[in-house]
Amino acid sequence: MIKINNLTKKFGKNISLDNVNIEFNKSDYIALMGANGAGKTTLVRSILGYYHPDSGSVEINGLDPIKDRVEVLNNISFVPQLPPPIKLSISELMEYISKSTGVDKGQIEYFSNEMKLDIKANINKSFFTLSGGMKQKLLIAISLARKSKIIIYDEPTANLDPKARDDFYRLLKDNQEDKTLLFITHRLEEVQDIVNREVYMDLGKIVSDKAIII
Amino acid sequence: MKNLYLIAFLDLKESLRAKWFLVYSLVFGGLIALFFIAGVTESQVMGFSGLSRLLLMYIQITIIILPIFILITTVRSISGDRDNHILEYMLSFPISLKEYYWGKIIGRFITVYLPVLLAMIIAIIFGVIKGASIPWSIFFLYTGLLFALSSSFLGIAFFISSFVKSSEVALGIAFFVWILLLAFIDIALISIMMSNRLDEELIIFIALINPMEIFRVSAISLFDPELTVMGPVAFYILDTIKQSTFIFISIAYPILLGLGFAFMGFRIFKKKDLV
Repeated sequence: MIKINNLTKKFGKNISLDNVNIEFNKSDYIALMGANGAGKTTLVRSILGYYHPDSGSVEINGLDPIKDRVEVLNNISFVPQLPPPIKLSISELMEYISKSTGVDKGQIEYFSNEMKLDIKANINKSFFTLSGGMKQKLLIAISLARKSKIIIYDEPTANLDPKARDDFYRLLKDNQEDKTLLFITHRLEEVQDIVNREVYMDLGKIVSDKAIII
Repeated sequence: MKNLYLIAFLDLKESLRAKWFLVYSLVFGGLIALFFIAGVTESQVMGFSGLSRLLLMYIQITIIILPIFILITTVRSISGDRDNHILEYMLSFPISLKEYYWGKIIGRFITVYLPVLLAMIIAIIFGVIKGASIPWSIFFLYTGLLFALSSSFLGIAFFISSFVKSSEVALGIAFFVWILLLAFIDIALISIMMSNRLDEELIIFIALINPMEIFRVSAISLFDPELTVMGPVAFYILDTIKQSTFIFISIAYPILLGLGFAFMGFRIFKKKDLV
């Protein structure tokens, strides 16, 4: 599903990804771990087609995420570590997502309710005026509503309280079947009930890749 | 195509709510109001009177402030979104880069052009109410010139925004571009060039490639070409090139220049890392 071949990405003299080779397949639920600067975010951004590799390639279902970005991103949901300060109102953001992905707004509302976020009461508020937790809940709801085959989370629970984290993991468990789930995390204990594979990165390389029996 | 309009529409809605847009609209609307309050339409100076005088004053101030307004409000459009990680999230959806970039340009163009156009329309409406004669030829010329000037600086702003990673640097470059082009309009241009004994054809060429100078000369070209306020380069251009040809150039060239910069910006946006 996701195939990374000899991928190298440099920023000036700094090698962020050093000849990375790895595959993520259907029903792989991966915890991607490593110290700060290990290359986790660079790897995710390369999968999303944000970075032009210095060498090597990324293939998503045989497609190049840069050249075929629309087809590739049709199958990927992404939640960043920190919600960006988007100035659109929630209704405008939902319109953007609904029109660009074809996702039903009702589904976003459904998952928002499941995350205990009252979307209707905040529909005309600018996204950036919501609290950190509310923003993160909405982004999670969007990611689940899209029903993408690949879901990428970059430490999505950083702003969530324990109850919201429980809601999130419950929803994820209910909706992860037959998907590829890639989790950037520093806390394996939080996701160990969900993931079936642990990948460690250090200095731009994959240093460990092992299966976990759930 | 639907995503192109979606991006344009959302950018427009976002801009209309922004504080900078309120200031921007108040400046141009306020200028017109100020001219009416000051009785500009009732006075006569150097042959200009009524609405012609008002529009001429409006356009002369616009030459200076419109480019910098467009540059500083637009130059952070992409670089700002990149800076604060908005681009990272918004581009994680299946939107092509072409739709995103050109949608942003369309939305921003409407935002920057509409207030300057509306200010002129308000002037015309007030003029009609006051019983002044309407200088339609000047109005249509200025509508075209403002469209062209907005296009050129919008293109330049998006070009800067596409290759600069930090919005502060983008802002610095925008100021530099504005001051450079401002310095090379007519009187400053000719005094610098003459003191360095440069060829007059080079002076004219530099004047003609500057969209601000083209705008300035064209804006006053409908009036008496012997006016001393025009400056020597403007005088030379209007004396050499047929008026209608020059007006055509003064509208077509800045639009093409803006499109050229916008296309170059798009190529860079596509080829560089997005975040």
